Amino acid sequence: MRCGLIAVCLGFAGAAPAAAQLAGEPFIHDPSTVTLSDGKYYTFGTRGGGLVSEDGWTWRGGPERPGGGVAPDVIRIGDRYYVAYAVGGGGMGGGHASQVKMMWTLSLDPASPRFKFHDIGVVASSDGVETADAIDPAFLYAEGRLWLTYGTYFGPIRMIELDPKTGLRMAGNVPVDVAIDMEATAMLYRDGYYYLLGTHGTCCDGPNSTYHIRAGRARSPLGPYLDHMGIPLLRGGGKMVVSARGRRIGPGHFGRIALAGGVEKLSLHYEADMDRSGRSVLAIEPLRWTGGWPVVGETVAPGTYEIASERSGYALSLATDSVRIPFDVRRSFMAAATDPVGPIPDQTLAQDSADWPRGRIRVDLADYLVRPHQLWTITPVPAAGGYFGAPYYRIAIAGTSRMLAATPNGEVETITAATAGAEPLWQIDQLTDGSYRIKPKAVPGDGRDLALVAIGASTPTLAAFDPASPAGRWTFKRP
Amino acid sequence: MTGLIIDRRRAPRGSLVHWACVPLLAGLSPGTAAEPLATLGPDSIAVVADPQTAARPIPPALAPYFTAVPDAATTPDRDGFLRRWLLLEPIAKPNRTNTGFTATYVRQALAASQPGSPAAIPRDGQIKEAAALLRWHALDSKGFDVKLFDFAKALGAPTYGVIFWAVTIVDSPREQRDVRLAVGSNAASIWWLNGTEAVGLFNDRRMVMDDVLSDRLTLRKGRNVIRGAVINGPGLSSFCVRFVDEAGRPITDLTTHVR
Repeated sequence: MRCGLIAVCLGFAGAAPAAAQLAGEPFIHDPSTVTLSDGKYYTFGTRGGGLVSEDGWTWRGGPERPGGGVAPDVIRIGDRYYVAYAVGGGGMGGGHASQVKMMWTLSLDPASPRFKFHDIGVVASSDGVETADAIDPAFLYAEGRLWLTYGTYFGPIRMIELDPKTGLRMAGNVPVDVAIDMEATAMLYRDGYYYLLGTHGTCCDGPNSTYHIRAGRARSPLGPYLDHMGIPLLRGGGKMVVSARGRRIGPGHFGRIALAGGVEKLSLHYEADMDRSGRSVLAIEPLRWTGGWPVVGETVAPGTYEIASERSGYALSLATDSVRIPFDVRRSFMAAATDPVGPIPDQTLAQDSADWPRGRIRVDLADYLVRPHQLWTITPVPAAGGYFGAPYYRIAIAGTSRMLAATPNGEVETITAATAGAEPLWQIDQLTDGSYRIKPKAVPGDGRDLALVAIGASTPTLAAFDPASPAGRWTFKRP
Repeated sequence: MTGLIIDRRRAPRGSLVHWACVPLLAGLSPGTAAEPLATLGPDSIAVVADPQTAARPIPPALAPYFTAVPDAATTPDRDGFLRRWLLLEPIAKPNRTNTGFTATYVRQALAASQPGSPAAIPRDGQIKEAAALLRWHALDSKGFDVKLFDFAKALGAPTYGVIFWAVTIVDSPREQRDVRLAVGSNAASIWWLNGTEAVGLFNDRRMVMDDVLSDRLTLRKGRNVIRGAVINGPGLSSFCVRFVDEAGRPITDLTTHVR
């Protein structure tokens, strides 16, 4: 594909970041599940530090979590944020004596008058003699009950139940062993299954860390948890959820975030960001579900794609007159098997675009023929900011400056030049089935939350996203 | 049944007829319709009422697909599809394939075939049946779709390489904003609401419901006129049309008629 507007092509050559490495200073180890408080996203790591973001894309340090310790988790129940964290253990200094402590606050923002340290006390411990290590706590609040897992490779992963009204351990509750060969566990509940996720592999060795996340599931929160092969997690089972990806090595400390519209994402750290000196960084990835199992998804990678509607399977296309590729049908059907064959060249952008109007061109959904007016280049525009886990994107016909844009009346078109400061940008979120939701960053003069939706087999528009319908789901396919 | 005839042979030079007249003409009494109502350029189309067919029952061959239109207005079906239409017998427009129905081609072809439009001056040779008498038929479709191929076949008219024109009138009990006209057609077609183009379906298409939807439209309180034209080469010709709301639900609180 030739480059119709050199500036556009050169402007992003080599400048595009990897798919979705968060902006700012997202340096953290053992992050808690990202939690929304006072309009901002928070996560806390080992020791008292944390990260905050207003949009989920650009992160900075600053937040402080009272209590110190290691590897906390946070959950909101009612107006309380419960925080569990470990003090001691982890084999640090050779010891495994540890305590899991609890606190609560009404805000995670240290500047808020509602931010206050309310100590609850110790809810689990290991004495340093037993083969157990009470660190890495993680919450699950499901079916009105509050569960907490903890533990490391030094012994089993254990499950206890807490009182969601107080955060205290339920009276008479006895820890139950649910897995081995794990640490940094997490839990989630979906469609009648309890899922136990945890990190396998070696921690804390930068680019050489073999950390990765696996999962098992059970009908009861107390197990037995089995993987997809039926292997109990108590015998070392676990289905792969995420391992090293691209320039990021050693994923661990899973946290699930359910967003509006049925979008699910996971927070985690990578032990080493190869583009950031191998430091441990926060990451946010799409969460997919396949066959009843969680698996990391894929933030759309920069590149050129067909954008296909999950409703009709037709491809997002410029609504222009089709240009035929010269072809002798009779010769094709009547040729002998031994007649010489050769390649037919792809239709070029120049051939396809010869009669395109200069200005706005509407889009439709059409039979996919791998034609230039159906090939869209997705380019991250990190300078324009981002949303939860990803930068905004430009969507343009490959090799041109013709950009997909929202119209003021909520339709979709392409334009070749944007008004200053109003470049048409898009939010692209992978959904749990692997397809994507595509939303304009803004609709001119319209404050509604709209997404690209196929309202007909061949007609796209901007409309409210319905997570139960295929109409707002799209797939990016390599040409 | 109400019938009108497009008579290209009797169109005196230089006079006009506007498409919006057509549904009105359909309701004229035989006596008032006896005179030519309008005239066009030398190769254009004149619209006249046919006193001989104004209340004739439909031909038996149409009965499997259509019923005659009674006096009372009707409503869309429960899925919102408009079933009452004035259909013009097909205009011959030979096309050996359907692969050339680009927007540019379809616009030109339909503009050249428009019965009654001031701009509809056919180009020499484009319409071979310029001497033919083409009749308007008011019909209720038995299905959600209007089977144009069967309509033409039943009348002994050409079925391949044709253009069909269709008109209906939709009365809305109130102004309705942000509605969409949802169309499926075989093959390409263009549809106008109250004189403004609302939907175009181009290239070789199969008739499927809600294939192409208009931008958000406003249905006036009271009378709204829909007209459309379908062009096809070989194969079946048909269309289906309904209005849907912002959520995609069919709009059924309408009445339709052809008078």
